[in-house]
Amino acid sequence: MELNLLALCYLLGSISFIVGLKMLSNPASARKGNLFAAAGMTIAILGTIFLYEEDGLKLGNYGWIFGGLILGSIVGTLMAKRVQMTSMPEMVSLFNGMGGACAALISIIEFRHLVKGNPNEAISEIGSFSGLDQTKLLIILLGLIIGAVSFAGSMIAWGKLNGKIKDFSFKGQHIANLLLFAITIFLASYIIFARPSETPLFFYLIIFFSVLYGVFFVLPIGGADMPVVISLLNSFTGVAAACGGFLYSNKVMLTGGILVGAAGTLLTILMCKAMNRSLKNVLIGSFGSGASAGQGSAAMVGSYKEISLSDAAVVMGYANKVMIVPGYGLAVAQAQHVCHELEKTLESRGVEVKYAIHPVAGRMPGHMNVLLAEADVSYDKLLEMEVANEEFKTADVVLILGANDVVNPAAKSDPASPIYGMPILEVEEAKHVIVNKRSMKPGYAGIENQLFFQPKTSMLFGDAKKALQDLLTEIRNI
Amino acid sequence: MNQLLSWISVHQEMIYIVVLMIFVGIEVIGRVPSVLHTPLMSGANAIHGVVIIGAIIVMGKAEEGNIIALILGFLAVVLGTLNVVGGFVVTDRMLEMFKKKK
Repeated sequence: MELNLLALCYLLGSISFIVGLKMLSNPASARKGNLFAAAGMTIAILGTIFLYEEDGLKLGNYGWIFGGLILGSIVGTLMAKRVQMTSMPEMVSLFNGMGGACAALISIIEFRHLVKGNPNEAISEIGSFSGLDQTKLLIILLGLIIGAVSFAGSMIAWGKLNGKIKDFSFKGQHIANLLLFAITIFLASYIIFARPSETPLFFYLIIFFSVLYGVFFVLPIGGADMPVVISLLNSFTGVAAACGGFLYSNKVMLTGGILVGAAGTLLTILMCKAMNRSLKNVLIGSFGSGASAGQGSAAMVGSYKEISLSDAAVVMGYANKVMIVPGYGLAVAQAQHVCHELEKTLESRGVEVKYAIHPVAGRMPGHMNVLLAEADVSYDKLLEMEVANEEFKTADVVLILGANDVVNPAAKSDPASPIYGMPILEVEEAKHVIVNKRSMKPGYAGIENQLFFQPKTSMLFGDAKKALQDLLTEIRNI
Repeated sequence: MNQLLSWISVHQEMIYIVVLMIFVGIEVIGRVPSVLHTPLMSGANAIHGVVIIGAIIVMGKAEEGNIIALILGFLAVVLGTLNVVGGFVVTDRMLEMFKKKK
């Protein structure tokens, strides 16, 4: 009876994940979808705690289980509530890493369990592992490797996004990575097929190499590609969770894990498409070529001109159409509300205001949409890249707020540039371009932007929030 | 060969789920507007937190005296919970802002 009830719980959980994900892909039902999936998850978790039994034995250690659940819930809620909207991508990466670590830990414990229950040890000589179940070993190792890579990679991605870890690559890193990967796979296959007497030692070596691989895998990948990496690691963790499902013949883990694995992979590909690059190019293309080619185009500097606040205010206040290109600078400065104020003020003067959203502006796809939605900017003002590129021709002023790489013309004109081939917002089509930046420092991809030196471009230096506030005051005065 | 066939036969139920879920996963998010990419990624991130169930099972099975299993299991439960709870709360916060619209 209880086991049947548990099966029902898992069925409900699985359905809630599918329906929840479906609802999440529609703006009207997204929030409900998230709560729906959360409810399903709660049912599955509670069911496991109270109804699960193995060989007729119920689970024990309730103190530990509830202790962990409560501790995790409190810390998780606090972190998620406190985090600023700008740091959202880091947060997702961090939580993803936790899931990966969890999957790896399960594998470690199950491996110890498997070795302990090794039937050979009692019968024949000690230290022989030939009696280990190969299927279980395979799944445990898969869960371990994927989980550990996902954990280590996510931690690096997290560190890179919040600026604690700098880009790092050395000559031949590409080869070193492949080698690390090959060693890990070789060790794993060796354990599974030969089950040598050093099995435990090799097992722990695999943990070490997987973590190392995860670190080296993400370290050299440039900032602009970080969303793709996080999405990929997200789907990795899904597969690692599914390995757990295989191990315990647990359908809800399997469903949830594979679902996320598949959806995450698709999402990764969609993001790559938005940047007009292949996944392979993102993952290994950044090696070597990026550094040397980046230097080459950096040499091309010229003079730029600054614009005063009052001039900028006049240009914008008397324009027919202003298009705003938000970027990460807007996010760090928390300037979305002021930006919305500016939009309203301009509109009250009869100026048409639109936002041009590059799919990978900010640190994650949709990052800008989330930010502007927070400030109550209405949906129909947000133009996607293709539409925006059509409209730039009719715009009098383009105001770029802390965006850089997504408006860099080198992506179209300079084949040596690391971002060559990425579709960009073609802001030069407009009559006048005003760029708000804190300084002339290059953007996240670390390359110079020729746009800033063009005659129709003028720079408005300063923190986005402060600059917008001042601009707002000036516009109200004219 | 025979071994492989019998392996597939023994695990066929699981293999079916894997194959079907791959298609469901792709189908379900196939038409997502780019506005929702970030929340969707975050929501999917919370869903793979289902790995917590494995952590609970491991924890619940650990013998009293096995300190290492207890500690590792406890750590796994905490990390899994962080993934689930943090993931859902962050997603909700993102989507809350969308809801104010209209």
